[in-house]
Amino acid sequence: MAIHIDRDKCNGCGKCSRSCPYQAIEIHDKKAQWIEDRCTLCGACLKSCKYEALTGEIPERVVPDFSNYRDVLVFCEMFDGSFHRSAIELLGCARGLADDLSQRVIAVATGVKAPDTLRDLIAHGADECLFLENSSLAFYQTCTYAHILCEAIKRFKPSILLIAATPLGRDLAPRVARRMGLGLTADCTRLSIDPEEKILLQTRPAFGGNIMATIVSRYSRPQAATVRPGIMRPINYDATRSGDIRVEKIDLAQCTEFTRILECTMNPPTGVNLASAKIVVAGGRPICSEKGLAILKDFAAAVKGEIACTRVVVEEGFLSQEHQVGQTGQTVRPEIYFACGISGAVQHRAGIEGSRYIVAINKDPDAPIFEVADFAIVGDMFDVLPALTRAVQDQQKEFSR
Amino acid sequence: MHIIVLVKQVPNTSEVRIDPKTGNLIREGVESVLNPEDRHALEGALQIKDRFGGRVTAVTMGPPQAIEVLCEALAMGADKGILLSDKAFAGADTWATSTTLGLAIKRIGAFDIILAGRQAIDGDTAQIGPQVAEFLGIPQLTYVTWFELNEGKITVERRVENGCERVEAPTPVLLTCLSTLNQPRFPTVAGLLDATSKNAPIEVWNAADIGAKAHDVGLMGSLTQVVQTFTPKEARKTQYLEGTPISIASTLIDAFRERNIRLGD
Repeated sequence: MAIHIDRDKCNGCGKCSRSCPYQAIEIHDKKAQWIEDRCTLCGACLKSCKYEALTGEIPERVVPDFSNYRDVLVFCEMFDGSFHRSAIELLGCARGLADDLSQRVIAVATGVKAPDTLRDLIAHGADECLFLENSSLAFYQTCTYAHILCEAIKRFKPSILLIAATPLGRDLAPRVARRMGLGLTADCTRLSIDPEEKILLQTRPAFGGNIMATIVSRYSRPQAATVRPGIMRPINYDATRSGDIRVEKIDLAQCTEFTRILECTMNPPTGVNLASAKIVVAGGRPICSEKGLAILKDFAAAVKGEIACTRVVVEEGFLSQEHQVGQTGQTVRPEIYFACGISGAVQHRAGIEGSRYIVAINKDPDAPIFEVADFAIVGDMFDVLPALTRAVQDQQKEFSR
Repeated sequence: MHIIVLVKQVPNTSEVRIDPKTGNLIREGVESVLNPEDRHALEGALQIKDRFGGRVTAVTMGPPQAIEVLCEALAMGADKGILLSDKAFAGADTWATSTTLGLAIKRIGAFDIILAGRQAIDGDTAQIGPQVAEFLGIPQLTYVTWFELNEGKITVERRVENGCERVEAPTPVLLTCLSTLNQPRFPTVAGLLDATSKNAPIEVWNAADIGAKAHDVGLMGSLTQVVQTFTPKEARKTQYLEGTPISIASTLIDAFRERNIRLGD
């Protein structure tokens, strides 16, 4: 089996090369060239060519009939007795998908006892909500939760399954997907419905955020995805929305749990709340000094912002992990993100893209952070920040008079 | 004691780019490395061997050149390397990959512990560990930062959101670890020479060797497919503010006032 390229018909337009998810076609000297080692014979290139320059035998795969699978099932994670903040984000996302398909959103959650906030799930987009109670569910355990979620999937036969890409969700989802025979896409940052095929388009960053990949699950249902927290927008709380709320006891006698939790220690509250901050003031390497950190803190205090930083600042010990923003830290979505002395590596930018406005201050005019900034200030933060702090304070005095 | 370590050869990610003109993935000059967290998994396995005796088998799936990471594992102290390499394995998603690894582990035979890094830096999915554990029907402990073995039982500390927990599990068990687990040893020069010699204990297995049918593995055995790759685009118009720090400050404050945001409110 091979891909053949008719060099007479090929005009080097590059459509095939761009269509190939595996980079198995490159354009050289204005002609397409097939790279056998990388090719998986997926056939994407054949469909992309308008000049019939590409031919090849592609093994056919039959897509099963999934017409009896419908609705979007959201697994709503609990955290410390109430819903994890990701729950309403996932419901907001699920609402949009379900509306596109004219289907329903089903919220499923589990724990020792149903919280009195179940109605909130309806108000935030669910059409139906099921809470499964059992006294042995004080702590998350993989096999127990996998059993519960698999039973819910069998019961509702959803077309789409969304789970938050939290540490818990990323432990649970692959276990469930493997047990149920589901394709699973990790850590999605964008989800939409393909207008023609009506399947879920799952977009996620790969290679540390340098490349985005859109992935589909054609051969299994539900189409399962974990969704990165902090990205999807919840829909506004609407008390007039109605929906079915059910609380049931779940029998776990059939479920074998291997592990035993001996102890669980929660970090003491740090008072850092980047995820819901309206203003975030973030620093890079220059704040790895007492002076740098002090002027950043002064500015943050003036604008009533939360302090954040890049990975190097955590590694150098100037701020704790809770302050880190980016691929390996938190995702933020403030009104204004101040990036001070941050060069803007792609891993950091991945965590700030949802900000409404980005203000970047950097000495280096070529710093990549400026590519994503609304306001770019080429200058030393040691000069610019104190001036900004003073100007903000002056403005406050002016208005308090 | 038999410990299996799952390792992966990955491109050094921060360097991977798509050429905006051709859409080609730029591979020139991108070095391949042993996935960083897998190195900690290997060290964890070697520490068990140092203390309790036994043997360590490193397993990887990849193209022929992925043998390099097995050589590195041997040079660190692993006893055997198994490379799963076959054209039929190409294009695998995590479902097909976990099938391949799971079948290979079944062929390897009895083991006490499987160790792996939490995730690989090229895909960041963190799915392979749990999926292999489920395939084999054994418990999983993810995000492990510390562990201790005691008579057929393992106690670990694992990171959870905003805290950590101590968990006990019976063996056989699969662990995925974070880099805080340990400080990996360096491969020795003598070890590297041995690992790259003809007699190095490395085996290459293909699909037939593990009893996999073509439609179970690779792209054909995958339940997900990549339909498009692209470079993230930013749709922001950048406005440069120039002048003295004082004038920049007032321009910025005014710009936000125009947008009904008063800084400091």
